[in-house]
Amino acid sequence: MTADLLYSDVEDDLRASVRSLLTDHCEPAALLKRAESAEPYDLKLWRALAGDLGAAGLQVPEDRGGHGASAREVALVLEELGRSVAPVPFLGSAVLATNALLASGTDHELLGKLASGAATAVLAVPLSSGPGGFESTVEVADGVLTGRVGTVADASVADYLVVPAGDGLYVVESGFTVTELVSLDLTRRVADVTLSGAQGTPIATDAAAAEALTAALTAGAALLASEQLGLAEWCLEETVRYLKGRYQFGRPVGSFQALKHRLADVWLDLVSARAAARYAADCLARGDEDLPVAAAVAQALCSEVAVHAAEECVQLHAGIGMTWEHPAHLYLKRAKANQLALGTAGRHRAALATLLELPA
Amino acid sequence: MTVTADELRERTKKLLAEHGFADRLAFLRARFDAGLAWVHFPEGLGGLDAPRALQSVVDAELAAAGAPDNDPRRIGIGLGMAAPTILRFGTAEQHQRYLRPLWTGEEVWCQLFSEPGAGSDLAALGTRAVRDGDDWVVTGQKVWTSSAHTARFAILVTRSNPDVPKHQGMTYFICDMHAPGVEVRPLRQITGEAEFNEVFLTGVRIPDANRLGEVGDGWRVAQTTLMNERVAIGGHALPREGGMIGIVAKLWRDRPELRTPELHDRLLRLWVRAEGVRLAGTRLRQQLAAGSPGPEGSGMKLAFSSLNQEISGLELELLGEAGLHYDDWTMRRPDKVDFTGREAGYRYLRAKGNSIEGGTSEILRNIISERVLGLPSEPRVDKDVAWKDLPR
Ligand SMILES: Cc1cc2nc3c(=O)[nH]c(=O)nc-3n(C[C@H](O)[C@H](O)[C@H](O)COP(=O)(O)OP(=O)(O)OC[C@H]3O[C@@H](n4cnc5c(N)ncnc54)[C@H](O)[C@@H]3O)c2cc1C
Repeated sequence: MTADLLYSDVEDDLRASVRSLLTDHCEPAALLKRAESAEPYDLKLWRALAGDLGAAGLQVPEDRGGHGASAREVALVLEELGRSVAPVPFLGSAVLATNALLASGTDHELLGKLASGAATAVLAVPLSSGPGGFESTVEVADGVLTGRVGTVADASVADYLVVPAGDGLYVVESGFTVTELVSLDLTRRVADVTLSGAQGTPIATDAAAAEALTAALTAGAALLASEQLGLAEWCLEETVRYLKGRYQFGRPVGSFQALKHRLADVWLDLVSARAAARYAADCLARGDEDLPVAAAVAQALCSEVAVHAAEECVQLHAGIGMTWEHPAHLYLKRAKANQLALGTAGRHRAALATLLELPA
Repeated sequence: MTVTADELRERTKKLLAEHGFADRLAFLRARFDAGLAWVHFPEGLGGLDAPRALQSVVDAELAAAGAPDNDPRRIGIGLGMAAPTILRFGTAEQHQRYLRPLWTGEEVWCQLFSEPGAGSDLAALGTRAVRDGDDWVVTGQKVWTSSAHTARFAILVTRSNPDVPKHQGMTYFICDMHAPGVEVRPLRQITGEAEFNEVFLTGVRIPDANRLGEVGDGWRVAQTTLMNERVAIGGHALPREGGMIGIVAKLWRDRPELRTPELHDRLLRLWVRAEGVRLAGTRLRQQLAAGSPGPEGSGMKLAFSSLNQEISGLELELLGEAGLHYDDWTMRRPDKVDFTGREAGYRYLRAKGNSIEGGTSEILRNIISERVLGLPSEPRVDKDVAWKDLPR
């Protein structure tokens, strides 16, 4: 079967609803104020997105409490979340924890709760973990978990943890503490998680656990590319808008060719990034065996494209782009943090070297 | 009613059943007459009014049967540029006369656009066309004309009125390359061969019946040609590693002794970019098939040209000692561009033309920034001035 790289009508409708919700909640001034407050996550928005719109359960089958859509729709929601750098735990809960549960094949009731938005969970791994080669820092004895995991995304608002520990994958409901860190990314926080004698329910063991973890991280990488795409789209559109209206030397600065060519290059990068992100999401949705290549290509491309777009956005906005009031920095911070998340571009290229038999 | 993929497959099977391959030309003519040449063209003109994307169904079926093709690399200008322009602006007589032998490759076309004084600024061209009864008399010089030495016909843009601003005074013709007054001289290029030419037009008589579009409307007609030129370049479906990157990837796999960490890093970066561009091309074709051509088309050529240049540069470095050789500097007049039939040095040098031919990368970036992103154009000094008063 060939990949469908376009957006369906259903996806366009979904985009419209998500975007209108986010437009109401993610106005830049409000985002900034929230980022400096005691409640950096917008849980009201999260309930509307996860519960009312059903966005958290898109990938979950209907008989397990979800909406039976696919990873393609999840990717689309991520594009919109990237465009608005929305402070919601979608990546941690609806993407990473949900994919870990789905891949483990468990019928744990948590999946339904996550799908409905009634609860929020995170996969307890450092956000920088790429697919493959993961070593857990949590020990397990008789179902009791002990240890510390650093820089877990979205952990500060998690009700549950999905924890790789020893040779298994466990669901943990209590017995853990979360210590917020000062995060580079103001709209997606990382935190240290400490488990001291937490009771864990095993959902997969041995090879099955390792496979489920790899599957979750691969899915995460495949889907994060869409968030990076949306983020980069915002950066380009906003920069174009600004440069059309900003006059210097008696002309809109957007009429200077030196700048136009730089923006044309960002646009061109986005054309490839969009195709690669769509391909990765489509492979994930169809369970295509090309997924490892597709995810690595998407991450290697999109993370660099997003950082480049965000850096150009700051530079071409110049003084205003350097201020705290202007939202450009929120995008740059998210883009740079995303570049380190779920495997750097370099690590994905190294993975490709193996997958494609192009050894060093 | 539109033709479905299944019907096209049936029609292709029928063509294959009824015609052998012994006479290549006869097969190609039969294919044209069956509407399987370019399925999106009208019935009777080599097509079936089908969606453009369905051509791949026909092509796959014919390739599997080992049918001869019309060697699109040799007749690219005719297929990609002359044909869509003739279809859109030509008369019924012109359709009947030109399209079939163009498609079969019996008649090769060239493009008489660029001039010594008008390259990127094509609308500045000065080749004069003066009306004389039922004819036009054309005098001027064209340059960089690919295939002029093998071409039977040319698409030609001329200045028919020097007294109005440059975009308004142009007229577009079909030019017979065998007409008296047409002189073609080879122009040797960077690769050693002469793929392009200088063309001198001295009092060439072109019947008014060979005009494409209205008098003075040549710029609009030329725009159609140029748009098609760029779309044609990004138009082919490629498998993974189908382009220049496949050549280098194979070299990497076959020759472990050439590998270094630095080249490995560059290879992987280029591989990822090539795959991204390939997927973008697939996405573009899916958009075209769904009837909503996106702005991506104008970017494909830009992406392809820089990739081809970087990959072919990497190939030479990877080859090391062998990269210091060149296969053949003999002055020849090839009838097609053959990236895979020559060695790495040729690929490196010929790829330099990719960012110049069909609009330079700088011009394409202008197009993207102005027409796709909507950024303001540069202040212009040439817009409201008669062509004859422009500095040159
Ligand atoms: C291999 C090859 C095959 C060709 N085949 C044909 C053919 O078959 N028929 C035909 O008619 N032509 C053909 N051409 C010509 C080609 O279309 C022109 O070379 C091209 O359009 C550029 O024109 P020029 O060479 O006069 O460069 P110029 O227009 O003089 O450009 C010089 C430099 O200035 C830059 N520049 C010009 N204007 C601008 C601007 N507004 N903004 C920014 N930068 C600008 C250009 O990008 C370039 O870098 C061919 C060229 C090549 C290399």
